[in-house]
Amino acid sequence: MSLDTAPPAPPTVVRPTAARLRGQRLPRRALPIAVTIGIGGAVLLNMLTPVEGVAGTTVVAVLLFLITYIGWSLSVEGRRHATDRLATSLIAATFVAAVVPLVSVLWTVVERGIAVLNVTFLTTSMRNVSSRSTGGGLYHALIGTMEQVALASLIAVPVGILTAIYLVEYGRGRTARVISFFVDVMVGVPSIVAGLFIFTGLVLTLGLPRSGLAAAFALAILMLPVVSRTTEEMLRVVPTDLREASYALGIPKWRTITKVVLPSASAGIITGAMLAVARITGETAPLLLTTFLTQSLNPNPVEGPQASIPTFIWDQLASGTTASLARAWGGALVLILFVTMLYSIARLVSWWFTGRRGVGAI
Amino acid sequence: MGDRVFRAATLSAGLLMVAIMGAIGAFLIWRALPALSNNSGNFFTTTTWFPDQTPPVFGIAALLFGTLITAAIAVVIAVPIGVGVALFVSHYAPPRIAKPMAFVVDLLAAVPSIIFGLWGLAVLMPNMGGLLKWLDNYLSFIPIFNNTTGIYTKSMLIAGVVLAIMILPTVSSISREVFVQAPRINIEAALAVGATKWETMRMVVLPFGRPGIVSAAMLGLGRALGETIAVAILLSALFDINWHITEPGGNTFAANIALKWNEAGTNGIPALVASGLVLFVITLAVNMIARLVVNRRRIKEGSA
Repeated sequence: MSLDTAPPAPPTVVRPTAARLRGQRLPRRALPIAVTIGIGGAVLLNMLTPVEGVAGTTVVAVLLFLITYIGWSLSVEGRRHATDRLATSLIAATFVAAVVPLVSVLWTVVERGIAVLNVTFLTTSMRNVSSRSTGGGLYHALIGTMEQVALASLIAVPVGILTAIYLVEYGRGRTARVISFFVDVMVGVPSIVAGLFIFTGLVLTLGLPRSGLAAAFALAILMLPVVSRTTEEMLRVVPTDLREASYALGIPKWRTITKVVLPSASAGIITGAMLAVARITGETAPLLLTTFLTQSLNPNPVEGPQASIPTFIWDQLASGTTASLARAWGGALVLILFVTMLYSIARLVSWWFTGRRGVGAI
Repeated sequence: MGDRVFRAATLSAGLLMVAIMGAIGAFLIWRALPALSNNSGNFFTTTTWFPDQTPPVFGIAALLFGTLITAAIAVVIAVPIGVGVALFVSHYAPPRIAKPMAFVVDLLAAVPSIIFGLWGLAVLMPNMGGLLKWLDNYLSFIPIFNNTTGIYTKSMLIAGVVLAIMILPTVSSISREVFVQAPRINIEAALAVGATKWETMRMVVLPFGRPGIVSAAMLGLGRALGETIAVAILLSALFDINWHITEPGGNTFAANIALKWNEAGTNGIPALVASGLVLFVITLAVNMIARLVVNRRRIKEGSA
């Protein structure tokens, strides 16, 4: 790397300065200056003329910033560096554009949901509460969602894990390729199609009543490929040495998988399953097709209509009164909290285990 | 012995996955047939939906149009932004905060569809009115931005924007995965010969990641095509083919099924199942193409 061996330049030659070699660059404070001009100019314009609200001001600020920054760069550094600075600005802007909706969604849900969220909201159902009057709650929906999600997990997690085990530990050749391909494609099955399938297959054909169980089956269809994919990834990072050490002790393959491979990947598998649960908790469409809406508590998932948080929100939104809209936002907040809790548990599990086992972290 | 049983159990779980995919197609076809056979309209070109009237007249033309247009709007918005986010997280952000930043964008995927619908209705729609009016005032020579109704709510453009936000994490996370695999040595070589960062991205990272971007766009498209509840909340559910995307109107397969389900009668349900079958076939095709693009790349890498 070092150029120490190069002969020293003759003293008559003027050494080019670093600046001349690299060309003129903008000073480091150029960026803050341009940002200030952009924001300041937009605010000033907003005060002098009635500009169209936040969106308009933001657009003006961004344009002012870009004109200042890129124009300055163009005059000092030339076209290539100006293009580079433009690209950097735009790429950073895309990140902001992605985060703004997320913040706005969370902010709106918390702000509007907190107004109705209290203990009563969590512990009463909508039984005998008219859509116009305030009060009532989503206890019935909370119980329904918990049962449906638990049943869906009971179905999907074992099957998903077994599929992943086949693909990683046993699968070779054509069969494995076909299964792997279909698992990938299954991730893309629209949730409403899963609902239609359970309705046509289990409800119409096999006579399963429209119930919480039917909803759980539909949710399981959506969970299966996610569980299978994440488990597969976790199993693949378990070192082959572990398996070979086990075989060397004369332990059969299936014992090796259940006692060595699965435990070392357990944190990742649990995390993956929790994330899959979080993904299906907010699903609404398949539930609309496979259960009937109800305003009362029904703890029995096998028969009768059963509510759930997403269908509760849908129902309250459809009622369209001030009170029911407030309840819809309350339901949205509970749903977000529920999903956040699942995500946090998933993260915690992964964090908790990584220190001890080393394998299976996401 | 135990080994054989265990292997059989895992294999049957795997085969169950394939069987479910087959069963979805089979049951949808079987249950859709009665409606298709007594439809007195043309299933593919009729733009009305009266399956329970005698004689039943219904067709998917308007649904197909609305589904494709809203999904296309979503992809057109989400792919550039998603690729930008992926570049930012993989090559621009300081390594220490890149991971939390990626996590924040992925959080968008955790927000349930119905909450995006609520948000779109309560926050986005009122705030987009000005923009849509501006498009109508200054860009109405472009036919799609022309608004003849003077109403700027519940349009396909608004639904498309919400769909774009929903598929953004899909697009950005898949693109990101490919971008971080761009060979370090090529990137350093480009920087060493004096390329700017953007030139490095344009000449090394983006060409390397092109198949990833294509499949990310396809998978995002697949998600957008099948989204139900947010779209059902945000569209006016009219049965027409209207190119003016800022006017109220539009309908999609998924939204139509959710909205019509409870009022559908003996012929209405099979008709909705038939439209669901079309949606299933389209998303299946889109996802298969996306997977084939990714897999072909994987095989290439393996042999290299």
